[in-house]
Amino acid sequence: MPKDTGIGAAKKRREDVRFLTGAGNYTDDINVRGQAYVHFLRSDVAHAKINGIDTSAAAAMPGVVRIFTGADFTGVGGLPCGWQVTDRHGVPMQEPPHPILAQGKVRHVGDPIAAVVADTYEQARDAAEAIVLDLEELPAVVNMGAALKDGATKVHDDLTSNLCYDWVLGQTDDAAVQAAFDAAAHVTTLELTNQRLVANPMEPRVAVAEYSRGTEDYTLYTTSQNPHVIRLLMCAFVLGLPEHKVRVVAPDVGGGFGTKIFHYAEEAFVTFAAKACNRPVKWTASRSEAFMSDAQGRDHVTKIELALDADNNFVALRTNTMANMGAYLSTFSSSVPTWLHGTLMAGNYRTPVIQVNVKAVFTNTVPVDAYRGAGRPEATYQLERVIDKAARELGVDPIKLRRQNFITEFPYDTPVALTYDTGDYNGTMDKLEVAADIVGFAARRAESEKRGKLRGLGVNCYIEACGIAPSNIVGMLGARAGLYDAATVRVNATGSISVMVGAHSHGQGHETAFPQVVAEMIGIDESMVEIVHGDTSKIPFGMGTYGSRSLAVCGSAMVRATEKIINKAKKIAAHLMEASDTDIELKDGRFTVAGTDKSVAWGDVTLTAYVPHNFPLTEIEPGLEETAFYDPANFTYPAGAYACEVEVDPETGKVTVERFAAADDFGNIINPMIVDGQVHGGIGQGIGQALLESCVYDENGQLLTGSYMDYAMPRADDVPFYAVDHSSQTPCTHNPLGVKGCGEAGAIGSPPAVVNAVIDALHSGGMTHVAHIDMPVSPSRVWSAMQG
Amino acid sequence: MPQVSMTVNGKATSGTVEGRTLLSGYLRDHLGLTGTHVGCDTSQCGACVVHVNGAAVKSCAILALEADGADVATIEGQANADGSLNVIQQAFQDHHGLQCGFCTPGMVMSAAALLKENPKPTERDVREYLEGNICRCTGYHNIVKAIMAASGQDVTAIAAE
Repeated sequence: MPKDTGIGAAKKRREDVRFLTGAGNYTDDINVRGQAYVHFLRSDVAHAKINGIDTSAAAAMPGVVRIFTGADFTGVGGLPCGWQVTDRHGVPMQEPPHPILAQGKVRHVGDPIAAVVADTYEQARDAAEAIVLDLEELPAVVNMGAALKDGATKVHDDLTSNLCYDWVLGQTDDAAVQAAFDAAAHVTTLELTNQRLVANPMEPRVAVAEYSRGTEDYTLYTTSQNPHVIRLLMCAFVLGLPEHKVRVVAPDVGGGFGTKIFHYAEEAFVTFAAKACNRPVKWTASRSEAFMSDAQGRDHVTKIELALDADNNFVALRTNTMANMGAYLSTFSSSVPTWLHGTLMAGNYRTPVIQVNVKAVFTNTVPVDAYRGAGRPEATYQLERVIDKAARELGVDPIKLRRQNFITEFPYDTPVALTYDTGDYNGTMDKLEVAADIVGFAARRAESEKRGKLRGLGVNCYIEACGIAPSNIVGMLGARAGLYDAATVRVNATGSISVMVGAHSHGQGHETAFPQVVAEMIGIDESMVEIVHGDTSKIPFGMGTYGSRSLAVCGSAMVRATEKIINKAKKIAAHLMEASDTDIELKDGRFTVAGTDKSVAWGDVTLTAYVPHNFPLTEIEPGLEETAFYDPANFTYPAGAYACEVEVDPETGKVTVERFAAADDFGNIINPMIVDGQVHGGIGQGIGQALLESCVYDENGQLLTGSYMDYAMPRADDVPFYAVDHSSQTPCTHNPLGVKGCGEAGAIGSPPAVVNAVIDALHSGGMTHVAHIDMPVSPSRVWSAMQG
Repeated sequence: MPQVSMTVNGKATSGTVEGRTLLSGYLRDHLGLTGTHVGCDTSQCGACVVHVNGAAVKSCAILALEADGADVATIEGQANADGSLNVIQQAFQDHHGLQCGFCTPGMVMSAAALLKENPKPTERDVREYLEGNICRCTGYHNIVKAIMAASGQDVTAIAAE
């Protein structure tokens, strides 16, 4: 029987009621008395020298409070990059400055040049149009290959080239890798692009800041996945403010998908301007601004080579990737193509020799950073595409080829720096074959063919490294932050509990799922537990939500803090019952003395903690509040197998996703309804990447996909219902809940399944010359490929 | 600046707006009804859908002045009289039809308009009707399921919750 309460129960979400009644509190819903509005004048060219900014006419426009340019920010720091990657020669990456407002040059369409603060948003925008810019347009570098050529225009004059770093992981001895390839019976090579995407959370970014002259305190409300990280970066690196005088609040946030991790110029600007103007300042991005100012995702160009022996065992893998950084290094940009990508190239397979080469490149485009999956989708896509191609070249079943090469013994040390603690890839594939009804595919294909359509089946696996991350390891790898998390469990006198967490919920349902854990540990009703998040003045210093880490890392901190609570409560209960605390048992919210009928209720103990008339004051302090910081011992390794069935219209090249099945191993699960929803959403984004989405710049660096008119977001009629199975569960071995994280899996596992299915469909129609089609697999690309 | 008056969720409202003020701006900034969300600037995303004289309308796509004298319904007025969730809202909660909640007001308002004109929509009907509402979180699975459930149809056969 499914549980109806506690860990494993599909509890309906408590936060839904406010969202369904219009009572959510998103950042744009926050208005501070007396606030002014800022509009950013952004570059409409990709690369130019700023010869002059004449703000005189604009400053005289109605309602204008003040106009800021780069000159106002010469005394403050730029936006920092949080991860220093060291190249193959041990040299740190090139790290150009990233100013709040452009200094001397603009480097991408959307680069902010000036900021107009006015009484109303409309006045700010009107005045911005009256600013006269003298821009001397320069050639733009957009294509990564061209950017790396000798003599290419440099995005940053002070750097030696447009190469941020040239990085290698795995077997660094080129000759050893080549020897493995030379000895192979078969080598499959594939060149592919993982196209640039825009994360597009439905809530555009917003920032509102106020400054109190009386207390010299700042409050910044911002659309963030990690308010403490924003406060630290903004205070310590950008504005030079004392952290304790700055409160950062991320209230209800309308989706993040990575792009709300990063510290952005607009946040620092409104905070700076609130003091400079002595008025609260609010900024609300339009969607058009979001397209040219939110950090974008993916944008890798890769050549991957897979070597197999005569028995079809994988013997070596080599990749060469160019990763687009855009014009500046966004907060975690440098880590995405390296430690979040290269380390995953082993996938679910035993491949003894792996070499991953990555060149990160500056171009005159919007900065690129983590987007749902961040590096892991790029790794999965190339690996699972090249395996599929190999299977086709060798004439073997793609599922069989994968199974033959699966890692089956754990723990497993990969050649690319990770240790997988647990997994059951065959068991998960078994689940997929059932969920996807693989045996029924032939009949469905025959039915499609009767209607003149080509039907294809695509299967792939994925593995991801989540729950980021052990601080000591990421520190060695260049991270400039720790990646623990924190929780404070505050038991109130009457027994209800407030849990202050470093994780941030922007759709993941923490307010419902986290109490399921605490309530089960104590044996009380979930309604007695409240989750507090998103406000640095209330929560302990936690690192926030990304990388599928909330439950694995912050949830573990919450468990540790709750354990401390229980231990202390047992001491109080023991005192009340005149017993030894080692004899106290807690079950269903009652403390009992083992082997007796003596008991006290949870509420009696909590009240005693705060009204300590009869209390062991010489042994323990009154009160019942505990904090725990949890730093994971390893990453977690969710893994799974996905299957997609498509129909291709041979007349038009139009691809329709007919069926999609996912089998995931997330370890233990707290709320299966929420987990299913996370997988659904990831698959929706993955199908979007595979078939529809692409962020496109022209050769001059103009953003051609600057709105939903041009950037194809997946809609309800682009996707089918999904079959999701997460009954394959190998619990994580190193965190107290045995959980692995589920937030990114869908987006990581689904794109190769779709593309594999399209190729399968075309081959079934006799178009065996089609080895690959780059995403998005649009009708025109499919049709062109079909024509040969 | 011109004066505008309209009934919103059964209450008479009026205000002074600029000619260029959108209905979404009037609702959010003048009336404080912030449940109506603005997710784009090209009338594509549907987060701002409200009902104007009974029809689903993207409130970012009409001027406040165009709604002068109209009867407007927003997400804030959708719950039952006793404050409990209405059938559509309850179905969204029961079937996990929302995650971050930002697109949700528009989804609920569109769903209400759909069910008014098509009380027993098929899966295809729902998906096509929602063409103008973008959700980035759910992959639409549970939204479609919730709307079909709200229409009284048995959705237990649809793959996992």
